[in-house]
Amino acid sequence: MAPSSTTGAGTLYQYINCRILRGGKIFREDLWVRNGKIMNPEPLFFDEKVIADVRIDCHNLIISPGLIEVQLNGGFGYDFSTDVDIEKGISKVAKEVLAFGITSFCPTVITSSPTLYHKVLPLIKKCEGSSKGAGVLGVHIEGPFINKERKGCHPVQLIQDFDNGFSDILDVYGDLSNVTLVTLAPEKKNALEVIEEFCKRGITVSVGHSSANLVEGEAAVRSGARFITHLFNAMLPFHHRDPHLVGLLTSDKLPQNRKVFYGLISDCIHTHPAALRIAHRVNPDGIVLVSDAIGAMGLPDGTYQLGEQTVEVQGYEVYIKDTNILAGGTATLDYCVRCFAKETGCGPVLALEAASLHPAQLLGIDDRKGTLNFGADADFIFLDDGLNVKATYIAGECVYTSST
Amino acid sequence: MRLIIQDTYDEVSVWAAKYVLKKILEHKPSEENYFTLGLPTGSTPLGMYKKLIEFHKAGKVSFKYVKTFNMDEYVDLARDHPESYHSFMWENFFKHIDIQPENAHLLDGNAKDLEKECREFEDKIKAAGGIRLFVGGIGPDGHIAFNEPGSSLVSRTRVKTLARETILANARFFDNDLKKVPTQALTVGVGTVMDADEVMILITGAHKALALHKAIEEGVNHMWTVSAFQQHPHTIFLCDEDATMELRVRTVKYFKGLMQVHNKLID
Repeated sequence: MAPSSTTGAGTLYQYINCRILRGGKIFREDLWVRNGKIMNPEPLFFDEKVIADVRIDCHNLIISPGLIEVQLNGGFGYDFSTDVDIEKGISKVAKEVLAFGITSFCPTVITSSPTLYHKVLPLIKKCEGSSKGAGVLGVHIEGPFINKERKGCHPVQLIQDFDNGFSDILDVYGDLSNVTLVTLAPEKKNALEVIEEFCKRGITVSVGHSSANLVEGEAAVRSGARFITHLFNAMLPFHHRDPHLVGLLTSDKLPQNRKVFYGLISDCIHTHPAALRIAHRVNPDGIVLVSDAIGAMGLPDGTYQLGEQTVEVQGYEVYIKDTNILAGGTATLDYCVRCFAKETGCGPVLALEAASLHPAQLLGIDDRKGTLNFGADADFIFLDDGLNVKATYIAGECVYTSST
Repeated sequence: MRLIIQDTYDEVSVWAAKYVLKKILEHKPSEENYFTLGLPTGSTPLGMYKKLIEFHKAGKVSFKYVKTFNMDEYVDLARDHPESYHSFMWENFFKHIDIQPENAHLLDGNAKDLEKECREFEDKIKAAGGIRLFVGGIGPDGHIAFNEPGSSLVSRTRVKTLARETILANARFFDNDLKKVPTQALTVGVGTVMDADEVMILITGAHKALALHKAIEEGVNHMWTVSAFQQHPHTIFLCDEDATMELRVRTVKYFKGLMQVHNKLID
């Protein structure tokens, strides 16, 4: 009998009595983890001839890939769009979101001044997750190259154009090396070449906060855009003679091999459940659930500062003070997953994939994140049948356990 | 031989599993005294494997001191191909029980020297003290393992080219694309299985009825290689009602009449 660790190959963990989400199904299967990776047990049995060092009984819980959040503006009193305590804020949020089942995220910086970008972007470094907190996949820069008329709660005076093309991008943002996702309005002059240049640099481009019509949206996708930032919000609504950006879900003018993903804030406040159902029925593969949560996430009701704005928080609802303009939310991503599953009746598989596999596919990292496939990073969560997070693991290490 | 006739496939599976269970428990396996078991693949033994897994999970049997030797494996088929016999055994048996990985022996169809691989397999069986119970199935053409019609009845483990009928029968596992079906396999010989202390052949379904008839009611004939077991001192042919369709009424009545005796074998 040879436990894996005795051969020097590392401690082998076998999670038994669990149901795993793999290949689009949830089914009874053991999960094998070694050295922070999901292992294929067959070669372990036939080639290495080793058995597990440690067996963990999961009491019939569901094991899902860890959640990946691509739109998170802050939390627990910290805002990523300010230049105050930025590293402390990232650290705090990364640690606290483990309880929401988030194992990787993109800190999101909304429309800000060039001075702020130059200061803040170099400080938000990409890093692997650990017991210290969820991994940082890179920054999501949402703005300032958006449409003034679709600004939502972004500060209008800081919105910019790129009349000089990509050189304006570099002037405004400075160093792009920590950036992984950018939201811009594709109807702007020079947008298509800017999109192409971002893509060349390996940065995923999203269209959003935009008045683009469908033709402009399709051109953006042909130039390389792969995401729509919070579908339905901060864009022109579906119209039966010009569906605008919403029409990208069913456009037949997109390149064959190009899948367009779209964010859905599924807290049932930003998006009406009926709208969630329409999107789900029309294009289930492209859904990426996001929280778009702001600095007040995790804090009690009250008045808080969001970038240059003052906002009021009541439960999961957040409005710009004295208006009825929605200003991001405080619902957590796992709550959004539960909400989405409940409102669309889509079942746990799609609800979980929409917050793990699909964001990983969007960012082109699904070879190691967002799945429980053999060889993937061992970032996973235990859930009960209500999709409540019971435990979070990063690289095979338990980094959070629920007290209930 | 003992011809044990059950009404249905499920009953065959239960009887077979109970027999294997009893044999292992009687042997009282330990570190110094392993139980050696020969195993088949295919749809026929699936039910038996499921039942054995049930027994194991209910704490009735441990496979910690059991050594297994599978009958065959395709040549040139990737070990992790879903249709390889390694994959079959892992999915349907090994991953659910506590057998030690080094005690699960299968032929390696991707070995550089296939003949050496076959010789070494025979050596491994010898080193393990021979096989106590070899469980097998039967092909529609009466073959045991891949000992196709015309195989020597004293053959040993070797490379075999598969008969056309076998390739056609296997096509359904390879997207019905004949080009994808392996044409060769490594297989234990008829002689290898004959060396076991006991042999239990599972035969279910009407499509195996002719093969069963040829195996037990006609002569020993290398065209129906399972017939060799007429000359083994301890063979059980375990079948369902459908598989008896080509047997003489007399044969069936005689052996059904012995069921009380047969059932004592699994008590």
